[in-house]
Amino acid sequence: MNTTNELPNSKTTPLDQFDLSDPRLYEQDAWRPFFARLREEDPVHYQSESPFGPFWSVTRFADIMAVETNHEAFSSEPTIVIGDLTEDLPVEMFIAMDPPKHDVQRRAVQPAVAPKNLAQMESLIRSRVTAILDDLPVGETFNWVDKVSINLTTQMLATLFDFPFEDHHKLTYWSDLAAGSPEMAGGNVSEEERLVGLTECLETFTNLWHERKGREDSFDLISLMQRDPNTADLVERPMEYLGNLLLLIVGGNDTTRNSATGGVLALNQNPGEYDKLRANHDLITPMVSEIIRWQTPLMHMRRTATRDIEFQGKKIQKGDKVVMWYLSGNRDESTIEQADDFIIDRKNPRHHSSFGFGVHRCMGNRLAEMQLRILWEEIMQRFSHVEVVGEPQRVLSTFVRGYETLPVKLHPL
Amino acid sequence: MPEITLIEYDGQTHIIEAESGKSLMQNALDNMVPGIDADCGGGCACGTCHCFIEKNWGEVTGASEPVEDALLGMRPDRKDNSRLSCQIEVTDEMNGMIVRLPEYQM
Repeated sequence: MNTTNELPNSKTTPLDQFDLSDPRLYEQDAWRPFFARLREEDPVHYQSESPFGPFWSVTRFADIMAVETNHEAFSSEPTIVIGDLTEDLPVEMFIAMDPPKHDVQRRAVQPAVAPKNLAQMESLIRSRVTAILDDLPVGETFNWVDKVSINLTTQMLATLFDFPFEDHHKLTYWSDLAAGSPEMAGGNVSEEERLVGLTECLETFTNLWHERKGREDSFDLISLMQRDPNTADLVERPMEYLGNLLLLIVGGNDTTRNSATGGVLALNQNPGEYDKLRANHDLITPMVSEIIRWQTPLMHMRRTATRDIEFQGKKIQKGDKVVMWYLSGNRDESTIEQADDFIIDRKNPRHHSSFGFGVHRCMGNRLAEMQLRILWEEIMQRFSHVEVVGEPQRVLSTFVRGYETLPVKLHPL
Repeated sequence: MPEITLIEYDGQTHIIEAESGKSLMQNALDNMVPGIDADCGGGCACGTCHCFIEKNWGEVTGASEPVEDALLGMRPDRKDNSRLSCQIEVTDEMNGMIVRLPEYQM
């Protein structure tokens, strides 16, 4: 990949010269006009060359839903990101399995994030959010990503795993390693660092598994896996154990972390919406869904065709990679009115593609919404304005749409 | 217009004059019945319009298809009479049907 060239012109470049896998499109936040053209001119688009090999791009909301609910023709195996797995760490995780194996593994951990269990955690989350917010410097510039977004989601993740609280920063590190592979997702983490770090992750969690054996009353994710007969021996299958851990770590971390930052940015770019929120805190619930749509923290999921299939007039062949661009589905005007706009009192805010569809639909979606709701409820109790005072620095990735930094200044009520 | 009773988890009861030909999900939304989220808009793709069809009405509503069944399989609170309300088209025969709503949608 040539990373010194400028990005191509979105209006004049022929479609067959678009490289949608170029992570700079997302790092520079330049993707909108490229996907707008594809949705209009070639919504199911074949790209014959890329650093990740050839792939199809599915760009419209309804088509994304159709691909994702057809797991017989569009498999989640062997992996669900645009690049293939690296050979040194052949992890297996249920997000990259088809039914029925996927179903039994997911069912083991799903109760941890069911709203019934979450309700019991609400006061704990709120106390952690208030501690984070009360500790922030008022009136001086700081990085919201570090001090709030990462802190909040990592503490939550430590709670779900019942992970030693003093070590919770390790979860952030492992999450970044897992999602930052250049081969898999266009990131910039070296393979060596990744291997060393994730091996440590596996060792740490293997020890936790053995220490924890026999806990009957705990709803942490490790205990749930131990109690379910389908996953009770998962620790004996290290690549599967590690894979599912990384799935839960990335799924519970990279996602909400970036929505927690994206919401601040969106409200600052749309001051009229911020005014609406100040006037009516009941808008927090619909706003949370709108933030998740607007941000689309995971930009795509990939499937692999299990057979030759005609889809929207295109002939997809067995073995072809099919990338569903949630990012584009969320800007599809044929499904979402004024899709480019951030509107906190939107009519159907939950109707978005950020959580995906079908049996792989985001398992922790209610947890994500709850964390963001509590965050904004507590922000609005304290600050009249979380002011963005500089440009954000975005993550280099084809998969995670996120932020490295967002400089802000707080104004008290 | 068939009369259908929807009962929330906390016991709140809503009797609606449903419109035949529309889905049970859409009828619930049109009548502002809480407890049906319907995130995907009725596409059998999200599982957030889960409901329980009261005994004796299963024959009228029919059984779930494989895609629906797969989504229901992801619900921790699934029961034998679980259905996705977007996949039930209301008919006149459903007059008097009782539907219970789950504790939560996810």
